[in-house]
Amino acid sequence: MFKQKLLIGLALAVSLVFAGTAYAQTLKIGLKSEPSSMDPHYHNLTPNNMMALYVFDRLILQDSKQNLKPGLAVSWKNVDDLTWEFKLRSGVKWHDGSDFTADDVAFTIGRAPNVPNSPSSLGRYIKQVTGVEVVDALTIRMKTAKPFPLMPTYMSTFGIISKKTGSGATTADYNSGKAMNGTGPFKSVEWVPGDRIVYKRNENYWGNKPEWSDIIVKPLSNNSSRVAALLAGDVDMIDFVPTADIETLKKNDKVSISQTVSNRVIYLHIDTARDKSPFVTDINGKPMDKNPLKDLRVRKAISKAINRKGIVEKVMEGVAIPAGQLLPDGFFAISPNLKVEPYDPEGAKALLKEAGWGDGFGLTIQGPNNRYVNDAKIVQAIAQMLTRIGIKTKVDTMPKNVFFPRGSKLEFSLMLVGWGAGSGEPSSPLGSLLHTYDKSKGFGSSNRGRFSNAELDAALEEALATVDRKKHGDLLIKATEIGINNLGIIPLHFQVNTWATRKGLKYDARTDEQTLAVGVKTAN
Amino acid sequence: MTVGVEIIKEETLLRRFISDFAQSKIAVAGLCTIVVIILIAIFAPLLSSQNPYDLGQLDIMDGRLPPGEVGGAGFTFWLGSDDQGRDMLSGIFYGLRTSLGVGAMSAFIALFIGSSFGLLAAYFGGRVDSIIMRIVDIQLSFPAVLVALVLLAILGKGVDKIIIALVAVQWAYYARTVRGTALVERSKEYMEAARCLALNHKRIVFRHLLPNCMPPLIVVVTVQVAHAISLEATLSFLGIGLPVTEPSLGLLIANGFEYMLSGKYWISFFPGIALLVTIVSINLVGDQLRDVMNPRLQK
Amino acid sequence: MQSGLVLLVMSLLVFVGVFAIGNPVDILINPDADQAEIERAIKALGLDKPMWEQYWIFLVNALQGDLGRSFVFNIPALQLIWQRMPATLELAAFAMFLAIFMGLPLGMIAGLKPGSWIGRTIMTGSILGFSLPTFWVGLMMILLFAVYLGWLPASGRGETVDLFGVPVSFLTLNGLSHLLLPAINLALFKLSLTIRLARAGTREAMLMDYVKFAKAKGLSNARVILVHVFKNIMIPVVTVLGLELGNVIAFSVVTETIFAWPGMGKLIIDSINVLDRPVIVAYLLMTVTMFIVINLVVDVIYSLLDPRVRLGDLKS
Repeated sequence: MFKQKLLIGLALAVSLVFAGTAYAQTLKIGLKSEPSSMDPHYHNLTPNNMMALYVFDRLILQDSKQNLKPGLAVSWKNVDDLTWEFKLRSGVKWHDGSDFTADDVAFTIGRAPNVPNSPSSLGRYIKQVTGVEVVDALTIRMKTAKPFPLMPTYMSTFGIISKKTGSGATTADYNSGKAMNGTGPFKSVEWVPGDRIVYKRNENYWGNKPEWSDIIVKPLSNNSSRVAALLAGDVDMIDFVPTADIETLKKNDKVSISQTVSNRVIYLHIDTARDKSPFVTDINGKPMDKNPLKDLRVRKAISKAINRKGIVEKVMEGVAIPAGQLLPDGFFAISPNLKVEPYDPEGAKALLKEAGWGDGFGLTIQGPNNRYVNDAKIVQAIAQMLTRIGIKTKVDTMPKNVFFPRGSKLEFSLMLVGWGAGSGEPSSPLGSLLHTYDKSKGFGSSNRGRFSNAELDAALEEALATVDRKKHGDLLIKATEIGINNLGIIPLHFQVNTWATRKGLKYDARTDEQTLAVGVKTAN
Repeated sequence: MTVGVEIIKEETLLRRFISDFAQSKIAVAGLCTIVVIILIAIFAPLLSSQNPYDLGQLDIMDGRLPPGEVGGAGFTFWLGSDDQGRDMLSGIFYGLRTSLGVGAMSAFIALFIGSSFGLLAAYFGGRVDSIIMRIVDIQLSFPAVLVALVLLAILGKGVDKIIIALVAVQWAYYARTVRGTALVERSKEYMEAARCLALNHKRIVFRHLLPNCMPPLIVVVTVQVAHAISLEATLSFLGIGLPVTEPSLGLLIANGFEYMLSGKYWISFFPGIALLVTIVSINLVGDQLRDVMNPRLQK
Repeated sequence: MQSGLVLLVMSLLVFVGVFAIGNPVDILINPDADQAEIERAIKALGLDKPMWEQYWIFLVNALQGDLGRSFVFNIPALQLIWQRMPATLELAAFAMFLAIFMGLPLGMIAGLKPGSWIGRTIMTGSILGFSLPTFWVGLMMILLFAVYLGWLPASGRGETVDLFGVPVSFLTLNGLSHLLLPAINLALFKLSLTIRLARAGTREAMLMDYVKFAKAKGLSNARVILVHVFKNIMIPVVTVLGLELGNVIAFSVVTETIFAWPGMGKLIIDSINVLDRPVIVAYLLMTVTMFIVINLVVDVIYSLLDPRVRLGDLKS
């Protein structure tokens, strides 16, 4: 009986294997993280936003370097200081065959910030829109209460859904595939949580048609398993190649590597506000009533004590770029004046002495151990370096689920964190990390060191209300320089992200860390 | 029976025990290895060229050196170094210390607590039994990894904390095993005889019931010491447990794990071998002990 | 009744435990979010209420069979677990199958011929089996069988076929090839345990009077071993493996992570990582319930195998 079943099974399997060979244009992708839903507006987090891009286009798209490019909108402009006008692409069809119009955009603006039970909504990008006016089928205007220069950037953060399909649709309808009606390059086939997401090509796509007729995305969260799956041929491509394996993979002639610097800066956040900081002790480990970290000279000493090049070479195995500010070169509003702090342990000791801490003090550095590339190792390396200039440093690393809640409760004195600027410009880290914590204005929500500088606040707030692009950029640069020169945070390095594909494929590596099937091409 | 007679009797028993144990050469070899390992663990600071737990002595510029290379501090990394520039040989010496300590401490505390409850339950039966076994059920129904995960998330990191977590997941196991065996023993003739003689509870439990429960218990203890060390490694692998700056063998393996595919085998391989040798020796000795101590296998 | 109490106590413990770790919103939310958005999210997930009130709401709903919705997926937690359960159960069952059907004969051989080379080889193998941490063995197996030899796939579940409406993979060759490595990985520890228990039992049984008697009676060796010895070793094996089944399911956390097996072990570790409390609580409640059932079954089998243990003793 069992034997018979097994035979049937075998026959079935064999036929499946042969059927499988017919799909030569299938691309299998192994990803580190899996989305929590297929609903493009349910959970504002990179894996969700990224997978939504397969099916749902945005008004404005970001190219691989996060420059804005036309998406469902072909052009946009300020009609006046308080009004943005978007001209929409004509002839675009939804996957179900109906026409894309401005009504769909208006519907999306209404729905996206208000998904029930959303653990993190898109409201942040939409709340400045005080009114939507559908001028004609292909023109839409958005009103704001204040001048809002970031409008196009924010409009590039969420997918447009169909009014027809989306009316009354719940998150569950997106998960089941019922409401997965987009205009994007791929149509949704199925989602088996934890196992796979399957797409097929949208043959009527308005843009460049992707090379792949079928896409299978598999979540492979363990680093080594992900690499092993690529080497074993289970998948054609993986993201977040662990730094330890890059050298070997480069030598492997079955594999190609694609790399680019990311918009993610890894930095130290410092308790600059309190007189008594929880993890600052005297040199013998006894609690202290003074917080040396409030002294700019001490912070400067810490920055000088860090051998960024050493960390990049040895801990990151060359796959990172030493950082001197919030975003790497090539992004918008980069300060030409800020340089990477050179490694200078003697200068650091001298500064400590000058500040009255020549005998050193005790400190604990906290960091996550499963969030950023090699996070726990970087924390240890920094502790080594600080110990060498006389700051006796202990290390405490923990999983991100413990780390972030504790960090937000201000339980730490010195911590390693990372920040990816999803918008591709510095207002995002400036507003969240360095602006004074201000609940009413919505600034400083991730300012876990509670750095505060009135000049920076003013420059940033002015920038956010300046529509003129040049002036807007200059103000951002000014704010960045104030923040970095006062060491509100100590930047360490920018992550370089690595994708590996089987030989013969090439990926247009993205600074926003996303893996999009449209960017995968056969190399000639 | 006088006191003197008892002492003589115990001495001969011990001698017989030793000669029985020595019958297996491989077990003796295992015992010798354990002794050596314990000595290494105790004298680790004297044997190591570096204190791998002192961050001030490490230099990342010495990171990932292959075995035999000389680092910046001037001494040779005989087994190479890990990503932090930690000498693997020193790391293994110190790691042995931590792993053995954690494994043995947690297993014995758990053994003590668990078997006490198990015996109580089996011997008294009735309400005592059902209450204790309900608690055991609750405990066992939490999967070990999960209890440890949640416990450690709340407690934080440290050797003491991981011992608490390991005891918490292991004691019920002993309780259940002891109770199972003791239930069988309880219905045997010698127990009924003991009860008929109206011996007191303490005497029956400790002189009659417990010794007869020993053989399966020893099997479980050997398995559990090994299991404790391995569980500790797994917890380290999942990112909780011991602080990264004071690695046990398990943590050393976990740290080197990501370098396996890239050919930097020494970071994970040598601690793996040390762990393997340790556990195999413990188990060899445990096996032989069980055979020797089992009254039913005596010829 | 007692089981109900167990579930109640446990749900409370887990509730408090997860509450103590921290606020899930800190992890779930986009770092870009401002304070207003954080407060909205906390409110949307019902986390703004005091803990006892949250627990009370949970209890009231739980009594109606609703264990809450996942914070992350916005799907009822039970449904989420049901989706993932078949994969884990299949993996666990297959692993136990391997452990028992390979472990018993190997252990008996080792017990019958304790001094021989084959006995020793088996015992050495069993020692190796539980000496190495599961995650390490898992990776070594991937390295060897998937990367170097290329015989078996490294991860995932492969093709599934519906059997009575439940997707299973052991009926297709592709599915079976995906199942093999993780199942062996998961089985290794239990296999070693079975071997040891079977060997210990066999050795003891061979010296028992009733076995000696049976032999003296002239019964064939095979019959003695299969009937009398086998019965004797089944007692510890059944107890321990009964207990271990729960552990196998839990330990699949590690195996599923390494082999990207889409089961509930992976779900629980992901849920712990983001403090998705409804899923954690529901998962633990389900496991406990399963465990209580397993224990009952073990006790019954136990009394069937060894009439000396009366059922009355166990259930008082």
